[in-house]
Amino acid sequence: MTSLYQVLSPAGELTADLRGKLDEATMVRMYENMVLVRAFDRKAINLQRQGRIGTYAPFEGQEAAQVGSAMALRPGDWLFPTYRDHAAAIIHGQSLTRVLLYWMGHMEGSISPEGKNIMPPCVPIATQMLHAVGTAWASKIKREKQVSFAFFGDGATSEGDFHEALNFAGVFKTPTIFFCQNNEFAISVPFSRQSASRTIAQRAAAYDIPGVRIDGNDVFAVWLTVKEAIDRALAGEGPTLIEAMTYRYGAHTTADDPKKYRDQERVVEEVRRERDPVQRLRVYLEQNGLWNEVKEAALLARVNEQIDRAVEEAESYPKSRPEDMFQHVYAAPVWMVREQEQELDQPAAREGIPA
Amino acid sequence: MKRKLTMIQAITEAMDQKMAEDSRVMLLGEDIGVNGGVFRATDGLLEKYGPDRVVDTPLAESGLIGSAIGLALNGLIPVVEIQFLAFIYPGFEQVVSHAARMRYRTRGQRHVPMVIRTPYGAGIRGPELHSESVESFFAHVPGLKVVVPATPYDAKGLLIAAMEDPDPVLFLEPTKLYRAFKEEVPEEMYRVPIGKAKVVREGSDISLFAWGAMLRVAEEAAKQMEREQGISCEVVDLRTIYPLDRDAIVKSVKKTGRALVVHEAHKTAGMGAEIISLINDEALIYLKAPVKRVTGFDVPVPQFCIEDAYLPTPARVRKGILETVSF
Repeated sequence: MTSLYQVLSPAGELTADLRGKLDEATMVRMYENMVLVRAFDRKAINLQRQGRIGTYAPFEGQEAAQVGSAMALRPGDWLFPTYRDHAAAIIHGQSLTRVLLYWMGHMEGSISPEGKNIMPPCVPIATQMLHAVGTAWASKIKREKQVSFAFFGDGATSEGDFHEALNFAGVFKTPTIFFCQNNEFAISVPFSRQSASRTIAQRAAAYDIPGVRIDGNDVFAVWLTVKEAIDRALAGEGPTLIEAMTYRYGAHTTADDPKKYRDQERVVEEVRRERDPVQRLRVYLEQNGLWNEVKEAALLARVNEQIDRAVEEAESYPKSRPEDMFQHVYAAPVWMVREQEQELDQPAAREGIPA
Repeated sequence: MKRKLTMIQAITEAMDQKMAEDSRVMLLGEDIGVNGGVFRATDGLLEKYGPDRVVDTPLAESGLIGSAIGLALNGLIPVVEIQFLAFIYPGFEQVVSHAARMRYRTRGQRHVPMVIRTPYGAGIRGPELHSESVESFFAHVPGLKVVVPATPYDAKGLLIAAMEDPDPVLFLEPTKLYRAFKEEVPEEMYRVPIGKAKVVREGSDISLFAWGAMLRVAEEAAKQMEREQGISCEVVDLRTIYPLDRDAIVKSVKKTGRALVVHEAHKTAGMGAEIISLINDEALIYLKAPVKRVTGFDVPVPQFCIEDAYLPTPARVRKGILETVSF
C-alpha cells in the first residue's frame, strides 16, 4: 500500500494501456474541466483580494484529484465536499455562481442544483464522512444504485470521525467512497506530525476494506480508481479508501500565509514544474494530436467568459436580507424565532445595519 | 379493565407501532438488538423487524449519530438510542453542527427527521455519568427540539409525534420513571403535540413548573402543601423543553401570581433561568413574589451514595413554596 498507482507520468507519458478504459473525448473533457476550475480558483482569489468575496479556500494544484473523481461519479451520486472541494462540486453539477455566492457569505450559497445530491461544503473536519456512510447505507437499504463520495484531507485522518466512518462503512458494507486528498499539510502541520503511519491508505487494512494510494495529480489514475471503487460499491462489495497524493499550491485560505510553515516559493515552484496535474495532461493531449494552441486559446476565452458571467450573476444576485436568517430554522417556525424576526422590524434593530 | 403500561412499555409500543406503519423508520443503537437495549426499550423489536431495521451499531456515538444524519438525508427516519445522556458527548458535534443546521444551511432543501432517544436523570443508583440532566446544552441549539415525557401516556404520544416531526428531536426519557408506575395507555396510535405543556394539577396560590422525574416531586410537594398548609399549588408538566410552551406558563402565572421551577439539572444556566426570564417578560406585573428555583446543585452529579441529596426533594420544594407564598 505504499506504492503509488500512476497512469500518466508527470512527463505526460502513459505507463499503462488505457484502450477500452478511457476514451479520448473524456480525456479532452478532463483537460477542459481542469482548466476551467483552475481559472475559477485564480479568479476567486482575485475577487477576495478586491474585497468582492470573503475568505476563500483555494485548491490550485489539486485539480486532477477533484475533477477526475467528480467526472467518475454518476449524476445521482452523493457528493460530500469540504470547503476546498468546490472544483469537484462544479464538475458534479454545481454552478460557478452558487459557489461564488457561498464565498460571498450568501444565505443561499449551499443549495444543490435540482436533482443533484451535492451537500453543502463541510467546515468541521471529517464529520461529513459519517454522513456519507449514512446516505450510502440508505441507498443500500432502498436498493438504489447510488454511491456516496466523501472528500477529506490528510488532517482529517487524525479525527475520530475518520475512524468511525471507516469502521461503520466496513461493518455495514455501505457503498461509500472515502477520498483523501493528501496535500501534505493540514493548514501548517505536515502529515509527519499527523500520524506515524507511513500512508493513509494502509489504514484501510485495519477495517478490512480496500485501500489504495494513487498519484492524485494524475487525472487518469484518479478517474480509473474511482470508477473501480464505484463498481465495487454497486456490486455490494462495500467501501473503498483512496489516498490521492497531491499538493496545495496556495495558502490554506486567503487568510493564511504559507511562508510561515514551508519554503513556499521554492516548493511550489518545484511541484508545479515536476508534478503539475494540468500541464502533464496538456502534454499528453498535444503529443497525441488531441490538443493545440488554437484549441487552448479558444478554451481560455470560453472559460474566462463563463467565469465572468458567473461573477456578474453572483454580484447581481439579490442580496440576503436580514430577515432571511429567520427562515428554515424549523419546518414550522417556533414562536421565539417568529417574534425575534418581528423585533428586527423595529427601527433600533436596523440602525447601523447596512441595507 | 383498561390496559396499563409502564413508561418503558409505552416507549417500546410507540416504536413498534410506528415501525409497523412506516417502513422508513429504523432503530440504531448500542446493544438495542439481541439485548433489547440496556433498559429493554427495544425488547422484541429485532425479532419482529429484523437486523436491517433494528441495528446494533459499533460502539461510537459520533458514528451512530453521524451516520443516522446520512440515513435521514437519504429518506429514512432513524431513531437513535444513546445509552445514557452523558454518553452523547462524542456525538455532540454531529447533533449541533449538522443535525440541527442542515435545514438552515440548505434553505430548506434538505432536512434531518431523526429522533435521538436517551435515558437521563438521576435517582436509580447509577454509576458515574449515568445520571446527568444536561437538557440545557441542547435547548440552546437552534434547530433542535427537546422533549421530556413524565408519564407513560405522554411518552407514547410524544415519541410518535417526535418520529413524525420533520426536524431532529432529542427525546429524554427519565430513567427513574421507566418502571416507576403504570397508567392507562391507549392501544391505538396517538400523538401528544410537541411544544405543549399540560396542567396536571389545578391550583390558585402558586404555579410549580417541572418536567421528567421532577414532575412527581412537584406533585408530591403540592399534595403535602395542600393537606398540611392549605396552600393550593398548580402543577404544570412542561413536557417540551424546547420550544417552551410560553402560553401555558404565562397563563398559569397570571392565575396564581407566584411561580417555582423544579429541575434536577444544575441551577446555573439551567432551564429554570429561561423560564424565569420568560415570566419576567410576559407576566412580571402579575407576580406577588420573586420566582423561585429548586434545582440540582452546581456540582457534578455526585456518586449515588448521596445522589438523593443532590436531587430536589418534596421537602426542598415545600420550603421553596413556603418562602414564595410568605414573601
